[in-house]
Amino acid sequence: MIEEYKGVWVFIEEREGEIAGVSLELLGAGRDLANKLEVPLAGFLLGNNIKGLANTCFEYGADEVYLIDDPILQNYRTEPFMHGASHLIRKYKPEIILYGATSNGKDLASAIATDISTGLTADTTMLDVDVEKRLFEASRPAFGGNIMATILCKKHRPQMATVRPKVMKALPPEKGRNGTVIEEKLGLEEKSLRTKVLEIVRDTTKKASLADAHIIVAGGKGMGDEKNFQLLYEFADVIGATVGGTRDVVEAGWLDHHLQIGQTGETVSPKIYFAFGISGAIQHVVGMKNSELIIAVNKDPNAAIFDASHYGIVGDAMEILPLLIQEFKAALEKSGGVMEHV
Amino acid sequence: MHIVVCVKQVPDTKIIKVNPKTNTLDRRGVPAILNPYDGHAVEEAVRIKEQVGGKVTVLSMGPPQATEVIKKCIEIGADAGYLITDRRFAGADTLATSYALYNALDKISKNDPIDLVICGLHAIDGDTGQVGPGIARRLNIPPVTKVIKIDEVNESEKYIKIHRKIEDGYEVIQSQLPCLITVEKEINEVSYSPMPNMIKAARYQPVIWTVDDFEGVDIAQLGLKGSPTIVGKMWAPQPPEKAKILEGSPNEQVKEIVSTIFAEKSELFGQ
Ligand SMILES: Cc1cc2nc3c(=O)[nH]c(=O)nc-3n(C[C@H](O)[C@H](O)[C@H](O)COP(=O)(O)OP(=O)(O)OC[C@H]3O[C@@H](n4cnc5c(N)ncnc54)[C@H](O)[C@@H]3O)c2cc1C
Ligand SMILES: Cc1cc2nc3c(=O)[nH]c(=O)nc-3n(C[C@H](O)[C@H](O)[C@H](O)COP(=O)(O)OP(=O)(O)OC[C@H]3O[C@@H](n4cnc5c(N)ncnc54)[C@H](O)[C@@H]3O)c2cc1C
Repeated sequence: MIEEYKGVWVFIEEREGEIAGVSLELLGAGRDLANKLEVPLAGFLLGNNIKGLANTCFEYGADEVYLIDDPILQNYRTEPFMHGASHLIRKYKPEIILYGATSNGKDLASAIATDISTGLTADTTMLDVDVEKRLFEASRPAFGGNIMATILCKKHRPQMATVRPKVMKALPPEKGRNGTVIEEKLGLEEKSLRTKVLEIVRDTTKKASLADAHIIVAGGKGMGDEKNFQLLYEFADVIGATVGGTRDVVEAGWLDHHLQIGQTGETVSPKIYFAFGISGAIQHVVGMKNSELIIAVNKDPNAAIFDASHYGIVGDAMEILPLLIQEFKAALEKSGGVMEHV
Repeated sequence: MHIVVCVKQVPDTKIIKVNPKTNTLDRRGVPAILNPYDGHAVEEAVRIKEQVGGKVTVLSMGPPQATEVIKKCIEIGADAGYLITDRRFAGADTLATSYALYNALDKISKNDPIDLVICGLHAIDGDTGQVGPGIARRLNIPPVTKVIKIDEVNESEKYIKIHRKIEDGYEVIQSQLPCLITVEKEINEVSYSPMPNMIKAARYQPVIWTVDDFEGVDIAQLGLKGSPTIVGKMWAPQPPEKAKILEGSPNEQVKEIVSTIFAEKSELFGQ
């Protein structure tokens, strides 16, 4: 009976004792859905020594937290996580579940969908709900972002979706906000498990990456050559930004692959995004369009990037960049000269 | 070592039409290719076979023309291919797709037990990445997604050691065999096919199965009928508002943009 299913859940992904940013974003998005449906919003959390994280979930909008705390869940592994999560879902029957479209979020959601035999919409960027029919409307870009598809799951519950990071907005945390913790047991033994995580190798250079940048200075093929990219680094240095770029620039070898922005690279949403010599292909735009303030410099007045920006300068990037560097230096000096890295 | 690779035929270009009545893909006139990730999957299987011996089988679900991608896999070095094709498979979402492929894998393994299943990380058309983990669940074998390297395949002790990509690095995972892995493109470079493979591929005809070849299959779980998700509607995203194009000399434009940024994003600049 699908009427038995009530409530909106968010998978709370934990990394090294901290909640992943995307999970907080999804609590924000989930809050909105739960309010519309007039049901509680819950986080569900699996891990080892993770009880302390429940309060963070409450502060970011959850009314309830379902959790399983077990040494077996120290590192993510599909089977024990699926086992625990499926148990929670079968017992408490939520109507909607959101997962971050991360390595582990996608992996887990796919396994759960098959285990409990329900629908799963992949890599969504827009969420809504038809309150009357209690139908979850999850939309995703298709065919390179040229078209959006709204996927429905009418006859199965829960209705599930993975959601791209950096698309939804977390609510401002409300200190002291409280909720209910519901705890369950995992009931598995290590020796029954078929996979082991032997080691986790973290690339610390990648950590200070695009995802966390508040300002991004991005360059495209219009920068001319690799040498001109130095201007971008110089500008980025002055304003405390991270440099990124288009796929064409990565393919030309001017920039490392992990700094590619777009459909097949990173999705970013910094406070300021500068685009220099970028044409504004849809595959690039889907990765940066959620930035708060977008400024484009392109010598072609008809470049598509101007359709995706707030302010545009029609001109030569190699002429504008030195001027920007100079003007920012002067302005920063006047305002105290320090960049606040919030 | 018996490795089965699941391979999908996908449209080559972005020029795909959508049938407005059914909201499904209209593939007519669009050239079809082997899903690029699946090419890497077959390549990896062939490399494992070269190391430890055994056999590489490929499996595809699709229209009769999907024979072409199976031939392509034979070129890369696969030994045998199966195509499951039937109107009753059509319109499947990922749940129904994994059910159909599971039935074929189950039948293949009856004659020739499977040690390892390899899938691509995702297919470039549907682009969900959900089919691989779905198959693993149905076969009740552990899945490891996003594999970028195979460190060791130990046939006698029946385990595999692999690197799995995560957001900020990779994990080293040991998994019992049989298991299912999905591979990233960076796992290998697909090598040029040797001439004998090309000749074999040209003549190759895969084994073709329909729904009727699967004993005890639950038809209600196949195709459009067996799919919990449906495409509700397709729509073009709203074109964004045009940028405010600044005027004046380059110097004036830059001055204006800097003061705009300071005004709109003062929190970034310690004010
Ligand atoms: C399946 C698929 C996935 C893709 N994924 C991505 C992705 O993730 N990310 C991505 O970025 N792309 C992606 N692409 C590629 C994308 O379609 C574009 O080809 C790419 O974004 C273009 O890069 P660009 O803007 O740097 O180069 P171009 O399109 O060559 O644009 C250069 C621009 O610079 C301008 N210009 C030239 N000289 C100057 C100058 N002196 N000063 C100022 N402006 C100048 C030109 O007017 C032009 O607009 C993908 C494509 C496909 C098919
Ligand atoms: C616009 C659009 C949006 C869609 N969104 C969703 C959605 O959100 N959720 C959903 O459940 N379905 C969705 N579908 C349906 C989905 O595309 C199909 O179920 C498709 O058959 C398999 O999914 P995929 O292409 O995403 O494969 P993926 O899961 O991305 O494929 C991963 C790997 O699985 C193997 N594989 C996949 N298909 C086959 C095959 N036919 N034969 C052999 N091996 C295969 C390959 O190794 C492949 O590399 C959507 C379809 C469209 C047209």
